[in-house]
Amino acid sequence: MAIEHPTSQIGSLVSPFPHSKEDHVDADISVDVTSAPASVDGQAPAATVFELQGLEVHYGPFRAVRDVDMHIRKNEITAFIGPSGCGKTTVLRCLNRMNDVIPTARVGGRVLYHGIDLYGPEVSATELRRRVGMVFQRPNPFPKSIYDNVAFGPKVNGVRSKSDLDDIVEKSLRGAALWDEVKTRLKSSALGMSGGQQQRLCIARAIAVEPEVILMDEPCSALDPIATARIEDLMQEMKDTYTLIIVTHNMQQAARVSDRTAFFTTEVNPESDRRTGTLVEFARTRKIFSNPADERTEQYVTGRFG
Amino acid sequence: MTPDQDSRSQEPGDPPPSADRTSSAEQHDAALVASLRSGLHGGREVADRAFGAVSRLSGTMVLAVLALIAVTMVGRSVDAIRWMGTDFWVWRRWAPPEQYYGILSFVFGTLYTAVIALLLAVPISLGIALFVTQIAPVWLRRVMVYVIDLLAVIPSVVVGLWGLLVLAPNITGFYGWLSDTFDGWPVLGSIFGSNPQGRSFLTAGIVLAIMITPIIVSLSREVIETTPQSEKEAALALGATKWEMIRGSVIPHSKGGLVGAIMLGLGRAMGETIAVALTIGSALGQITLNALASGNSMPAVITAEWGEADALKKSALIGMAMTLFVITIVVNTTATAIVQRSQKRTRGAV
Ligand SMILES: Nc1ncnc2c1ncn2[C@@H]1O[C@H](COP(=O)(O)OP(=O)(O)O)[C@@H](O)[C@H]1O
Ligand SMILES: [Mg+2]
Repeated sequence: MAIEHPTSQIGSLVSPFPHSKEDHVDADISVDVTSAPASVDGQAPAATVFELQGLEVHYGPFRAVRDVDMHIRKNEITAFIGPSGCGKTTVLRCLNRMNDVIPTARVGGRVLYHGIDLYGPEVSATELRRRVGMVFQRPNPFPKSIYDNVAFGPKVNGVRSKSDLDDIVEKSLRGAALWDEVKTRLKSSALGMSGGQQQRLCIARAIAVEPEVILMDEPCSALDPIATARIEDLMQEMKDTYTLIIVTHNMQQAARVSDRTAFFTTEVNPESDRRTGTLVEFARTRKIFSNPADERTEQYVTGRFG
Repeated sequence: MTPDQDSRSQEPGDPPPSADRTSSAEQHDAALVASLRSGLHGGREVADRAFGAVSRLSGTMVLAVLALIAVTMVGRSVDAIRWMGTDFWVWRRWAPPEQYYGILSFVFGTLYTAVIALLLAVPISLGIALFVTQIAPVWLRRVMVYVIDLLAVIPSVVVGLWGLLVLAPNITGFYGWLSDTFDGWPVLGSIFGSNPQGRSFLTAGIVLAIMITPIIVSLSREVIETTPQSEKEAALALGATKWEMIRGSVIPHSKGGLVGAIMLGLGRAMGETIAVALTIGSALGQITLNALASGNSMPAVITAEWGEADALKKSALIGMAMTLFVITIVVNTTATAIVQRSQKRTRGAV
């Protein structure tokens, strides 16, 4: 195992989940004690979880994204916005090395996670993904029971005891604000749930392995407004415990939920006339939406984007 | 619909609302209804109806052929079954000179060789299918798929002759070793029993396994490939390794189809005639767990003994064919039920 994770060890999987709504443990328990985190409005800088340095991704010969530099801070919600095709998903999938699954994808530049280069030689993608969870655009529960969906992650990470699994399942479902709706039918198929419930199940499944970071790729784009509102509320609650990075094409959503916003756009390559995505501006969400530094950002957030 | 709403819904080019707008609206409605009436009853369904009729007809024909086969087989086996009564199925003694026909040992031989074939072929086939779809690089995948599909078209008589001429004489040493090694063990001691024969249940089972492996591989490969990428990524995103991803996403997703693939292989194994006839050893009356002993199977006996059979014996052989037919139908129906139940469960319909 290459990564020494600052907060959670495998052993912590079997310990009671520290953030169920009942215990209301102070969120600081799970926080890296070596670097004091601060809220967005606080003075001290929050710890950096990810640092991207000149990130560049190719799919085969096609350069999809270039020159992305940013720091992502702990216990904040970072939103990626921008027109479709600008590489939001691509950048997000670099953070848990999910792009490894795509044979043509090549990542250049550096992605540092707590200072460790994720694309360095001895980093294990499976270990990384346990710490950096992911929720996908379309709810993708396994064709299994609700219980087995949530228990899958802990099981592959070595939790065997039935009672530990029961606890983790309950706490994760509570953490995803789903427990009360499903507690009487844990053994029924996850595919019988509504889309919004399925997406919250996917969130429960992600938090069941106690990750530090959760990546969400347009988690609400397949949901109706009520289900979307529930997930947005959930994100606010989760922020104390997790670092969230969400991709959204919905600017109101970014404005409502995020602390910082990264605006990406595409530029035509003069040589190939294909479009390459790049990061235009990354700042506090309030600033991005009220007083952006870059003209392209302003045009996009005011809806005048060409 | 009130006249007010109606006028709002008019096209800009329509005449302005006037005193007689109600009647013009009515006219409009009448025209609409008329055009709907002709439109809704248009001729395009003729093709649909023709298609429906053709598919019903072909469906009925398949059933009719099945029924005809069943009736013929019952009719022509009735003499032997009357003569033997239920002894036909529950005795192992097959003695044509005495006009005594008990088929139990052949039923056993068919089932036992098929089970051996499945035990050997299923793990290998699923392993190959998973390797080909999930792990192998593209070039290797192409080569393997090509080779396996080639295996599927080898005529069964060729595989049978290979079993008879190459496998049977060369494997006896190994059988002897099995027999000695497991001597005295519970269960395994009886399966790898004494006096091993080159032509035996196990040899026939191996030959059958070779024949059904390509079928199971190609069917399960298709099923496995239907697992959505998103479900596989869901598992990987939780820190699953490739193998855990296969166990967590691919297998649950494909379970029903895999059972179907295995059952088709089983059906093929139970119906196989010539390859088994050549390798099973043609011993009468054998019902034994000893996989190294010779035995016989229903289809093999039917083809071997048909030529010089008198009327009663022919009737007995047809009765045997009918028994095989019923067994395969039961196996297939059970398989279909299993597949449907597991699909319902995973699709959330229960
Ligand atoms: N698997 C892939 N293979 C090839 N090109 C891809 C792949 N995934 C995305 N792309 C391309 O990369 C660019 C960025 O895509 P993506 O990251 O999905 O954008 P976004 O999420 O912002 O809509 C697009 O031009 C897209 O066509
Ligand atoms: Mg996207």
